[in-house]
Amino acid sequence: MLELQDLCYSVSGPEGETDILKNISLTIPDKRLVVLTGPNGGGKTTLARAIMGLVQPTGGRIFWDGTDITGADITQRARMGIAYGFQQPPRFKGIRVRDLLALASDKKLLPKGEACSYLTQVGLCANDYLDREVDTSLSGGEVKRIEIATILARHPRLMILDEPEAGIDLWSFARLTETFGEIHARQDCTMVIISHQERIISLADEILVVDKGVIARRGDRDEVFSSIVCDTMSGCPAVFGREGKR
Amino acid sequence: MSQSLTATDTALLEKIADMKGGRADGAFNVRKDAGCAGRVNTKNVQITNKTDKPGIDVHFAPGCRETCHIPVIITQSGLQDTVYNDFYIGPEADVTIIAGCGIHNCGQDASEHDGIHTFYIGRGARVKYVEKHYGEGDGNGERIMNPETVAYLEEGAFLQMDTSQIAGIDSTRRNTKIVCGPGAEVVVTERLLTHGRQRADSDMEILLDGEDSKGRVISRSVAQDQSVQRFVPRMVGNARCFGHVQCDSIIMGQARIRSVPEIDANSVDAQLIHEAAIGRIAGDQLLKLQTLGLTAEEAEERILKGFLA
Repeated sequence: MLELQDLCYSVSGPEGETDILKNISLTIPDKRLVVLTGPNGGGKTTLARAIMGLVQPTGGRIFWDGTDITGADITQRARMGIAYGFQQPPRFKGIRVRDLLALASDKKLLPKGEACSYLTQVGLCANDYLDREVDTSLSGGEVKRIEIATILARHPRLMILDEPEAGIDLWSFARLTETFGEIHARQDCTMVIISHQERIISLADEILVVDKGVIARRGDRDEVFSSIVCDTMSGCPAVFGREGKR
Repeated sequence: MSQSLTATDTALLEKIADMKGGRADGAFNVRKDAGCAGRVNTKNVQITNKTDKPGIDVHFAPGCRETCHIPVIITQSGLQDTVYNDFYIGPEADVTIIAGCGIHNCGQDASEHDGIHTFYIGRGARVKYVEKHYGEGDGNGERIMNPETVAYLEEGAFLQMDTSQIAGIDSTRRNTKIVCGPGAEVVVTERLLTHGRQRADSDMEILLDGEDSKGRVISRSVAQDQSVQRFVPRMVGNARCFGHVQCDSIIMGQARIRSVPEIDANSVDAQLIHEAAIGRIAGDQLLKLQTLGLTAEEAEERILKGFLA
């Protein structure tokens, strides 16, 4: 179980302190698929990064399986079964796809069949990609799918994905959504996915709307998703006029 | 004079030339402390001593497919060894030449090896030339290597030159000159790691003289601590040709790197490109590998290993 207690994150700038996360308290039971959504700059990515240890909260506590991991570093959290998929994954000159998957799976030599299964799940053919370097010769969408394959190779107990759909074409995205659905159906792990995509949101057990550093709304997909759509429609004066009516 | 090999020698030979027990399949010549410590000729590869200066001539028969090892090791502190090795590769031959130099210096005086290698690559021949430089030993004496490589490629010839300096060389000054005839192609890959107060200089000139010749230089280096590196690769297009120079460096600590790629076109049909980049290890690369369970130190080591692989 993942539990956040009064989690805060502030940054100092020329205009004083800015609160990015404001006393967020949250419990995510095991095996749930939770989608974080909300407007840009609302704090979703910071919240996800704080769980992985990529940013250090300025207040509050994080518990994973009952253990306080607030002071644990990224490596320790990774070894506790937490995995994180970056929105914009880095590229590596000289590190091949097979190397990255082997590192992720913690195996010196990753059997080709196993590597192939991870790549297939993200819609890539192993024969075309295993020996390619994860460098600028790959497109943004390819790097993104390889990133997700490394998360699958870790067999995590908590999978955090930051906008997995970003940069991925429609066809590959459909395959990816299937994979997330299958993982969730098998109850392999807890999943926290930052997304704005309806197809991913529709997989969620629970949707959290993160806005202005707080959980502005939470609920199951039917209630939260319909209210988001409703807010969006009425909030567009160009289409609906100032009163929110056509 | 033939010299016997010690355990240190065989370990060095394995490190620089993948030779087991000081021997290799096919032809080889081991030079140790300016003398010969083993030689084998084959039907297609003839190695003979030069008569006018130190060094060997190596002749590869036309059309042959052979591998030849010609490593050099220096274990005497204070020794300065200059050697001239010439390689004559017959037309249509396909050969691999494993050179490499290892210095084990436990003394207080500088040990130096200056290897001057010249290749005459016949029409349509293919050559893979691999050169590893490595230094070790706990003495204060410097380990110095100044290699010079010159290659002449006849029509349709191909040269792949892979050089790497693994570790432990205090000072190196490398000079490379390649001349490509019509349809000839050269690919030079240079990998270099410097640390401590080491210094490395590399000057390279690729002359694309023949119509439809091609040249490619890929240089990857890591400079750590207070080490200093300087690269000056120069690609000259004198005919209809294609040339590409790519220099990538990772800088760490208080190191200094100068990268000065030059392209010089003397023909309207020459297509020449250069790219050069110097930067530290990107923070997001370290973070990514940490999220895969590596410590920050392991992540850095893995990134450097991949970069120089």
